[in-house]
Amino acid sequence: MTSSQDRWYSAGEWDLEIHPQRPWLAIPVAEIWQYRDLLLLLVRRDFVSLYKQTILGPLWFLLQPLLTTLMFTLVFGRIAGLSTDGLPRILFYLAGVTCWTFISDTLTKTSETFVQNASLFGKVYFPRMIIPLSIVLSSLIKFGVQFVLFLAFLGWHLFHGAMVHPNAAMLLLPLFLLLMGGIGLGLGMIVTALTTKYRDLRFLLSFAIQLIMYATPVIYPLSSLPGEYRWLLMANPLTPIIEGFRFAFLGQGVLHWLHLFYSTGFMALVLFVALVIFTRVEQTFMDTV
Amino acid sequence: MPRLALMMEDVSKQYRLGEVGSGTFAHDLNRWFAKILGRPDPLAPVGREEDQIAANGKLMWALRGIDIAIEQGSVVGIIGHNGAGKSTLLKLLSRVTAPTTGRIGIRGRLASLLEVGTGFHPDLTGRENVFLNGAIMGMNRREIQARLDEIVAFAGVAKYIDTPVKRYSSGMHVRLAFAVAAHLEPDILIVDEVLAVGDADFQAKCLGKMEDVSQKSGRTILFVSHNMAAVQRLCPQAILLEQGRVVMEGKTPQVISQYLDSAKVAMRLTRWEPDYCPATSQVRLYSIAVRDIAGRLDSLLSTLNEIRIEIDYALLQDIPELRVAIQLIDADAIVLFSSSDCLDKTGRKMRRAGRYRSICRIPPGLMTVGRYVVQVFIEVPLGDVLIGKQEVQFEINELGLNPLGRTVKPVPPGVMLPILEWQIQELINDASPEAA
Repeated sequence: MTSSQDRWYSAGEWDLEIHPQRPWLAIPVAEIWQYRDLLLLLVRRDFVSLYKQTILGPLWFLLQPLLTTLMFTLVFGRIAGLSTDGLPRILFYLAGVTCWTFISDTLTKTSETFVQNASLFGKVYFPRMIIPLSIVLSSLIKFGVQFVLFLAFLGWHLFHGAMVHPNAAMLLLPLFLLLMGGIGLGLGMIVTALTTKYRDLRFLLSFAIQLIMYATPVIYPLSSLPGEYRWLLMANPLTPIIEGFRFAFLGQGVLHWLHLFYSTGFMALVLFVALVIFTRVEQTFMDTV
Repeated sequence: MPRLALMMEDVSKQYRLGEVGSGTFAHDLNRWFAKILGRPDPLAPVGREEDQIAANGKLMWALRGIDIAIEQGSVVGIIGHNGAGKSTLLKLLSRVTAPTTGRIGIRGRLASLLEVGTGFHPDLTGRENVFLNGAIMGMNRREIQARLDEIVAFAGVAKYIDTPVKRYSSGMHVRLAFAVAAHLEPDILIVDEVLAVGDADFQAKCLGKMEDVSQKSGRTILFVSHNMAAVQRLCPQAILLEQGRVVMEGKTPQVISQYLDSAKVAMRLTRWEPDYCPATSQVRLYSIAVRDIAGRLDSLLSTLNEIRIEIDYALLQDIPELRVAIQLIDADAIVLFSSSDCLDKTGRKMRRAGRYRSICRIPPGLMTVGRYVVQVFIEVPLGDVLIGKQEVQFEINELGLNPLGRTVKPVPPGVMLPILEWQIQELINDASPEAA
């Protein structure tokens, strides 16, 4: 044993050392940077493959939120008659849908990282984190497109003198994006790491996401809830983001730095847990799939 | 001393067998509680094997205490039976999974040819896939761009490079995928012949590329194969794995002969327990044996021995037009010939239910020295293959007669060595060719 150890050290510096367990929190930043081209190519692949052989192609990016908004306007606005804080219904729902799509897309797709890419992961090594990151990036670009659509509607409403008041809080948009992407990514990474062992989670997830949507003021404003229940909704770290977004761009909603601080803390915690679990699982998950 | 390209120190890999889903959550909780209470991990690897089986009964060591040091520029064959741990070793090296103990040091870029076509997306064009595939294997855009023309030319798909690969023929697909892998120019190349499925052409191309790469200085190659001829040809050194351990390391010819010795014991007879034999509702296969003329299984075979292949089976019902066929395959996976018991006088009649033995006699003076596999098929022509591809192996060790007379090489070239009839006629006239 000693002789082999001597040999190990006398061999000089290795370019790469493989050990049974990597440190419990290791973010391979340098490696991810080295593979940045792969990250971009994966994002590109997502877009190209998604809309090839569809007639409307990239138009679906715009049609999806529009159709959902239309449906919400009909069902929740007209039929159920839910309040929209006095905002034009289309704008109210479009804001909610645009944000929610970003969160739920990131979460859903990230949560399939290991299962979807099992054959790829089984053959070749690259920092596994690349896949979730490429998903966030894809979702972010999609958000960008839909956000422009939202701005167009906002402009149209402003032009026609609707009661909307975009304000300086719009500068918080990067923070909102960071929070939405971070929470979606973190939760998705936790779920995908756990699904390698406990497959049931996959089936639970789609229900969970629907449930979270109803527990977040996407289709109704926070103000529509009676005061004594409001704390329940405020416990949901996504609430301040959506409400804040609406306040910034439409002028109605609840924005408080303490709430955002809470969401940020939550995101940090989720990402931390996610990184630890993900790092653990990525090393040996091929043995269990 | 040359620098090491790769070193494994006391590397082991443990797998948990069986259903992973059931009970593992309980196990995990168990482990977690133990950790919190400061007790030893109840499921951790412990020193003695017996303890381990007692603790779980479902743990398996795919690799144990592997110590390997490979110098830069060497070409090393890794051989061993199925389940000896070859694929696990490759998985550890390509970082698909982590070792349970030990450590591995690698110098330079490592790539493996088992990644051919990884991540190809049918909707993307050939060009897009080259970039994606290259990036997955660790190249950046500049490196790929620099090699793109070469890759496309090598694959011979220049015309279709902007067509989605789903419109490619499977041949084009494989060629393009291989071209990317072949132009990766890694410092350490891993070739897994078992996984490199494809036609003979493609395999030949893999081997050709390997020889090519190995001649360039500084490149290190690990070649995992069942094909002893190829290992012999390409690798001066070899490592023999058995049950997850390195049992021999050294010059290829010695390692191969040790491998063959260990394989010889059970080789010439394949027999199944009644409950586990290959069977259908119509037929059961009991055994396949390769005997010499005296009926022995353990004798040395020479090229001048008669060889008998005996296939024991039972028919559970009457079967018309049954055929028991063999294919004889050499060490390069070339099918030398096929034959069947239809050639027997009674072979074409209805075969009644009962026990049978079909015996094929390979005459002396036909085969050459080498290792062979006999594959047995029990089938109904134009109908079903009832039992397919059951194998037995044998080896002809001794050259009985060298038809070339005294030669430098121990064995005359050729896949077969038939004793053919020759005549030497002396022509009466003088030596001038015009006269003939």
